Formats: sequence, structure tokens, C-alpha cells
Amino acid sequence: MSSVAGLTRATLAKDLRLEWRSKDAINSMLFFSLLVVVIFSFSFDPTAEESRRIAGGLVWVAFLFAAVVALNQTWAREMRNQVLDAYRVSPAPPNALFLAKVIGNFIFVTVLQALMTPLFIVFYNLRALGPAYQLPIVAALGTWALVVNGTFFAAMSLRTRSREIMLPLLLFPISIPALLAMVEATGAILTGEFSARFWIVLLAAYDVVFTIASLFLFGLVLQAE
Amino acid sequence: MKRAFPILAVLTGVLLSYAMYQALVVAPTEQTMGDVQRIFYYHVPSAWTAFILFAINFVASIVYLIRRNAKADMLALVTAEVGVVFCTVNLVTGPIWARPVWGIWWTWDLRLTLTLVLWLIYVSYIVLRRFSSSGQTPLLAAVLAVFGALDVPLVYFSIWFFRTQHPQPVIGGGGSLDPRMWHALLINWLAFSCFGALVCWSRYRLEVLRRDFDETLALEALLEPRSSKARSS
Amino acid sequence: MSAAVIVTDLVKQFGRFAALRGVSTEFAAGRLYAILGDNGAGKTTLLRALAGLTPLTRGSISMLGTTDLRSVCGQLGYMAHPSLLYDEMSGMENLRYFARLYEISDRGQNDEDRCADVIRAVKLDPSLTRPVGQYSQGMRQRMSLARALLNDPKILLLDEPFSNVDLRSAREMVTLLTGLRDAGKTIFVVTHQAALLEGAADEFVWMEAGQIVSRTSDLAATTETK
Repeated sequence: MSSVAGLTRATLAKDLRLEWRSKDAINSMLFFSLLVVVIFSFSFDPTAEESRRIAGGLVWVAFLFAAVVALNQTWAREMRNQVLDAYRVSPAPPNALFLAKVIGNFIFVTVLQALMTPLFIVFYNLRALGPAYQLPIVAALGTWALVVNGTFFAAMSLRTRSREIMLPLLLFPISIPALLAMVEATGAILTGEFSARFWIVLLAAYDVVFTIASLFLFGLVLQAE
Repeated sequence: MKRAFPILAVLTGVLLSYAMYQALVVAPTEQTMGDVQRIFYYHVPSAWTAFILFAINFVASIVYLIRRNAKADMLALVTAEVGVVFCTVNLVTGPIWARPVWGIWWTWDLRLTLTLVLWLIYVSYIVLRRFSSSGQTPLLAAVLAVFGALDVPLVYFSIWFFRTQHPQPVIGGGGSLDPRMWHALLINWLAFSCFGALVCWSRYRLEVLRRDFDETLALEALLEPRSSKARSS
Repeated sequence: MSAAVIVTDLVKQFGRFAALRGVSTEFAAGRLYAILGDNGAGKTTLLRALAGLTPLTRGSISMLGTTDLRSVCGQLGYMAHPSLLYDEMSGMENLRYFARLYEISDRGQNDEDRCADVIRAVKLDPSLTRPVGQYSQGMRQRMSLARALLNDPKILLLDEPFSNVDLRSAREMVTLLTGLRDAGKTIFVVTHQAALLEGAADEFVWMEAGQIVSRTSDLAATTETK
């Protein structure tokens, strides 16, 4: 177990270093979600009241699309020079690789959220009427839900033709309950009309179920060719 | 075993015609909805048949993951494909029924949404099988089937709760069915199940042939250049 | 002499194409094998199958006395046609990461020393900070070999190690390989430059259309029969 933790750390450090040197993922994600924000604000002309209702949907759709960019990047990095094969021939446990990738993507998307949230607040004139302290909880659970399945399906897409298209086709249908929960929870907190508790519990359940399933099945997917 | 297939085919034909007679002639006309309600005898059995096929797909996928049995994989493939067809029938007949009766094509009702999400998941399953470039398609597909099955209860609860927050027009439900209606419904379901089994079976036989063909072709493809080279040298 | 590798009836099918069509043979420990053949003869697929990278359609591989390749993969060194290195990192940074995968520090030598040793063994400079992406093809090829040697493997699988390497470096690599062979390692080299290994390889294995067609210890003899 300690070897999984140590190896996860080593792989994560390697990924962060590579990302720091190229900045491929974070730059394209940032620009992409900026575009989504701007285009959405043209398509609606929201008053503050209305925007509160739709903001949950807008925010998460922007993050979802941006996350797909990051998710494709993580494995693209391993496919260059077929470096992934070097991991596959080694005795290193597959789950260490998976966890490192999930945590890495979680960090990328969280950084993105931290940078984009002020923009959303400015463009859509947002202010939470419900308990605002729940927002970071929803963000963390929701992001984990997206990246844990996203990382898994991106690894699966490696074994398909046109893998960049394949990822959203696999990820979006399975993510519907998580997306619904994120959007509804965010909306509930912003409008203060409902309690977000049920959605937070649902997100947590989703995270637990799919994290366990991914850890069980990732080894099979990694060794498949 | 060879004779079982034509027997099933004949049985299906007889059942389907009898079920159609039951649905269109014997079952009484619904008082408020009128004849359009008869689409119910196709709408509901197709959904039930699709769900059974998806359940078989899930079991077959698990068996494949444990045993790596090619038969389990082919069963998973054909049940997913045929299941999607029946699920499509259900999704198409739904709005046709809903529009004249309730004045809306679609509502985000629990059953409707659940069926739609299931359909989406299984379409992505079929897309994965089509796009997979490796010899490991069965494995990846089985893994996706497990993920899809794990998703179903989560989808169910999320939509159930969504509905309590955003009330929508209620369709269907309530009221008791006339016994003759029940009879027509169950006969149709039986006929649809036989029809589903028949299609799955022939699709399965086709898949067996296709794989045999591919294997033969693969093993012989390399013999050709070799013998031609031997002649030239 | 015991067999290091025994393969039985290997078949690898990709859709409507079979890269391996029933390969059955044995390879003894402590020898250097050159695997030769035309493009598409199945050389790379055979090597990848031995490395445990590609699931087999049929057949089995027994390596170092076991058919569970996962359990012996720590004893294996694999060098592919692509470099299997991260272009954005320096040679030492790359090897330091791969050393973690093999938990080399548990074997009594620290990662840093081991990485520096193998880099020197392939005649490169461990203190080079340039990222691998900016190496010349020959340097990258040697760094890739260093990566394969990192875990001091008993079996080495090398796919085209001499491609795009200048003659002098290639000869140095051959000397290194024969040294390793003499130290008891079993080495497989897939190559198009058979002449480089003349006198160095113990056996030349010819593949054609997914099968092994001949094995001889004398390169001249095999080329005559062709």
C-alpha cells in the first residue's frame, strides 16, 4: 500500500512538472472556458434573478467542457513516444498511475475553477442567497465526479480510433446524474430556494461508487491493447 | 438444436399476429383516450423487453470479465444491439401517444428520463464497440457495461428528486386496467420477448460466422504473399 | 543450459490480420538472439508479446519458469521503437521516475547512483540537463537503452536499437550487449542491420509471415538459404 502511495506521489510530481513546463492543459482549458462564459453571456441577457437560476448550469457546462480538454491531455502526454508502455512493462501497480492522473486532473480543474469563478461573478452579477459555505463542497465533489470517470474513460478511449471524440461520448451519458446533482445543488445554493443537502449526498455516493469501480477495473483497461 | 430456430420463428409469427388481434380488436377502447391508447400495447412491451435484454447484457458482461468467454461477449453484444432497437421503439411510441392525449410530446418524467438515459448509455456502448481499434473490444465493452449498470440507481434517485423539486405534468399511472387490456398487454409482451429472442439468436449466429470468417482470413492472409514469393524466387 | 523463454503456439490476431501464426520455440538463457525478417513478419509483435504488452489470441509464454508474465516483469528490460521517454524532461529526470516504478532503491543501490551508472554505461553524460526531446536520434536511442537497463534485467527485449544510430555508436552498443550477454543475460534484438551482430549474436532467428522459419548460429548460412 505504501508503494502505491509513494508511486502515486512520484507520478503526480512528474505530471505536474511536465504540465508546468508545457502548460498545454491549463492554458487551453482556461481559454476554452473563457470562451464559453463569453458566448453564454451573449446568448442570454440575464437579470440578476434569472442568472441565479441558470448560473449553476452555465458554470458546470463550462467546467465540463474544459475538463474534457484536460482529460484528453493527460493521456496524450503518455502516448507521445509510447511512454505508457514503459509503465505497462514495469511491475508498478496500475492504480498508482490512475490515482496520480485523477489527482492531477482534480488539481488542474480546481485551479481553473478558482480562476474562473471571479469572472462568473462579475459577468453574471452573482451572489449566493443560500448557504455559501456549501459551494466549495459541491465544487470539490462535482469535480472529483467528473475527473474520476473522465480519467478512466479517457484511458479507455486510448484504445479506440479518434479517441478525442470518444471521451465525451463515453463520459457524458454516465455523468448525467452527477451533472444533474452539481447543477441543481449550485442552483439551490445560489437561489436559496431549496436545500442542497440531497444533491451533496448523491454526489458523494456517486464519487464513492465510481472511485471504487475504477480502482477495481483500471488494471484491466491499462493492460488491454 | 437446429430445428429449434425455425420452431421459434413460427411461434413468434403466430404470437405476434394473435397479439396484434388482441391489441387492435379484442381489447376495449379506452374511454377518455380513444383508439390512440392502443399504442400502449406496443409501447410498454418494447420497454420491458429492452430492460430484460439490458439485464442480460449486464450479466453476460460480468461473466465475460470473470471467465473471458467469447460466447458471453457475443451475447452481451447482441443483447445491447437488440435492446437499443426495442428501447428506440419505446422512446418513439411514447411521444406519439403523449401528444394527442396530454398535449405534450415529452416530459421529464421519471420513467421517460430513465429510459432515455439508459438508451444513451447503451448507444455509447455500441459506439465504443464500433470505434474500438484493439483486439480488446470485448473487455472494454464489458467494463463500460458495468459502469452503466452502476449508474442506473444513481440516475433513478437523481431524477426522482429532481421531479420533487420541479413538478411536471404527470402522465400515465393510476387507474386499474380492464382484464382484457391486461391480457392483450401480456400477450404482446410475450410476443415481443419471443421476437427479441429470435432476432438476438440470428444476430448471434451471424456474429459467430463473422468471427470465424475473420479468423480464417487473418490466418490465411499471410500465406498468400509467402507462396507467391516462393514462386518468384 | 536451461530455457529462459518457452513460447507455445502463439497466435496474435488483429481483426482480419494475424501478426503471429503459431510460433512455438524455446530460447536458452544467457544468449544473444538476433531476430530478423521483413517488415510485417511479426518481429515486433513477438517482442511485445514477450514483454507482456499485447494480450495473445491463443498460445502461452513461459518466462523464467513461469507463465504469469506479470510476476516476472521486474526482471525484464524492454526497448521499443519509440523512445519511451518524456521529451520535456532531462535524461536523469526520466530515469529517476522510471527507477521509482521498479523500486530499485529497495535492492540496495540508491536511485541516483543507479541512474547515473546506466547513463554512463551507454556513453552519455548524467549531468546533461537538456530535455530528451532535444537530443539527437542516436543519443535518444542510447538513453532509451539506458532506461531498459535500469532494473538490471535478466531478459532484455530490444526493438531496432541501432536504427538511426551512427556506425561507431552502434558498434559500442553491440559491445555493451555482448558484455551483458557474457554476464548471463538473455538478449533479444530485433533488427534490420543483421551484419552489425555478426560474430556477436549466438543465433539468428528468421521470421516470415508470422512464423519462425529458420534458426542458425551462422549469419552467412542463413543468408545463403534465403
